[in-house]
Amino acid sequence: MNVGRIGALLSRHLYLYKRSFARLLEIFYWPFLDLIVWGFITIYLAQQGNQLHGAVTFFLGALILWDVLFRAQQGIALSFLEEMWARNLMNLFASPLTVGEYLMATMTMSIFKVTAVGSLMILFALVFYSYDIFVIGLSLVPFIFNLLISGWIIGVLTTSIIMRFGQQAEVLAWGMVFLFQPLSCVFYPMEVLPAFLQKISWIIPPSHIFEGMRSVLLHGEIPTVHVIWATGLNAVYLVGMILWFYHTFSICKERGMLVRVGE
Amino acid sequence: MAQPLVEVRNLTKRFGDFVAVDNISFDIQEGEILGLLGPNGAGKTTTIHMLLGLITPTAGSIRIFGLDLAEHRETILKQVNFSSTYISMPYSLTVEENLRVIARLYGLSNITQQIDDVVKKLDMQEIRGKLTRKLSSGQMSRLTLAKAIMTRPKVLLLDEPTASLDPDITQKIKAFLKEYRRSENLSILYTSHNMREMEEMSDRIIFLQRGSIVAEGTAQQIVERFGQRDLEEVFLKLAREERRI
Ligand SMILES: Nc1ncnc2c1ncn2[C@@H]1O[C@H](COP(=O)(O)OP(=O)(O)O)[C@@H](O)[C@H]1O
Ligand SMILES: [Mg+2]
Repeated sequence: MNVGRIGALLSRHLYLYKRSFARLLEIFYWPFLDLIVWGFITIYLAQQGNQLHGAVTFFLGALILWDVLFRAQQGIALSFLEEMWARNLMNLFASPLTVGEYLMATMTMSIFKVTAVGSLMILFALVFYSYDIFVIGLSLVPFIFNLLISGWIIGVLTTSIIMRFGQQAEVLAWGMVFLFQPLSCVFYPMEVLPAFLQKISWIIPPSHIFEGMRSVLLHGEIPTVHVIWATGLNAVYLVGMILWFYHTFSICKERGMLVRVGE
Repeated sequence: MAQPLVEVRNLTKRFGDFVAVDNISFDIQEGEILGLLGPNGAGKTTTIHMLLGLITPTAGSIRIFGLDLAEHRETILKQVNFSSTYISMPYSLTVEENLRVIARLYGLSNITQQIDDVVKKLDMQEIRGKLTRKLSSGQMSRLTLAKAIMTRPKVLLLDEPTASLDPDITQKIKAFLKEYRRSENLSILYTSHNMREMEEMSDRIIFLQRGSIVAEGTAQQIVERFGQRDLEEVFLKLAREERRI
């Protein structure tokens, strides 16, 4: 791992974002709108004297945490798309840059994005709805950490598919993560799923995070079991996914796709 | 003779059943310009991509600086670079920003100074702060050439560096390359389907057709061997023979 080369890639993206108002806007536009809509929904639910105890606290919390996952994923997949659109992959991979360094750089980009969007959403929620996500307490640390890793896993998966199938798979950069949304139980407890779906949901790391979030907010319990499950699953999937990415990369080099994507 | 900087042995690339490069071998000596001549689809670009590690060969070996490319990719690629009229650089960055990113990728020190240097060499002062999106095609090829020489490669791979450029810019780029090769003792692999350019630029020529080497030597030697008047006639003769096959 050469830190200078990782820095080179980061500087390339920072130059890009510095100049692109559209890209900056895209980062903040959706989270902001989501927050407004869900904020009013929770206010409405609260006014109804909700039977749904704690709804106010967990919708906005779920939304913010979901966005951590989404942005982490996008940090990876969009970084690749940017190189593809710019027809820059050849310049990068004909340089001494390694695949590992490339992945490290995109993961760092995703940390930047999550931090930027996350802090802004937390601030919005606090100012407009007096919603303080820190009621979740210390569990927030493993939650965010795990969602970040899950985002990387989905992001690397998306990237490998785009690399393999080219421009026609582009839309996955936005869509892929939503494939995991129903079974991640973001806005509802796992128990509402049919039994067989619950089993699948159990092996999807983010479902443990959202389940854990509800248990903190509803019962004040630290969800140790869920955090352990999420962390364990994430560790296994991350290693598997990185190996998969290396494999896809070498297939692409064999088939000459690396020099063709973007054309 | 000293050890060649580039040694290619029995290099083959198949895409499925299609043979793009068929068992070719050649060397490039230090300070030499080797021309890779051939019609469209002959396998020139594929060969260059294999030398850059962007495409994995089906068979054969590539050694650069005496090291095997598959095993010593990082070490080798630090001292190799490439350019082509067909490559691009990120549009949303300025010329200078693009050069900075490349400089960091190749681990250069004194980056500002290096950029000053290359900007002066290629007469790019007035486009240095310009967005890459706004460059003309001639300015773009100066930028991609700048990115290639800025990293001070020992081996430079140029894939049709003058295709689609007007004669004036073509002339300037060729003159620059010849002078630069002399001052740096650089080894260059140069592809083109333009015979006159090949003759003018190359010390030695490899004639590639349908992935195979069909002739090799100086332009003079090739012309004599085929009993023709110039390279262009050799080219046409070979192309017509191929059509008869
Ligand atoms: N990734 C690829 N997959 C399949 N065929 C390819 C690929 N890349 C190149 N080819 C084929 O290999 C042949 C040689 O291409 P190329 O090396 O680009 O030729 P040249 O640069 O001499 O014009 C062409 O017929 C081309 O269509
Ligand atoms: Mg070509």
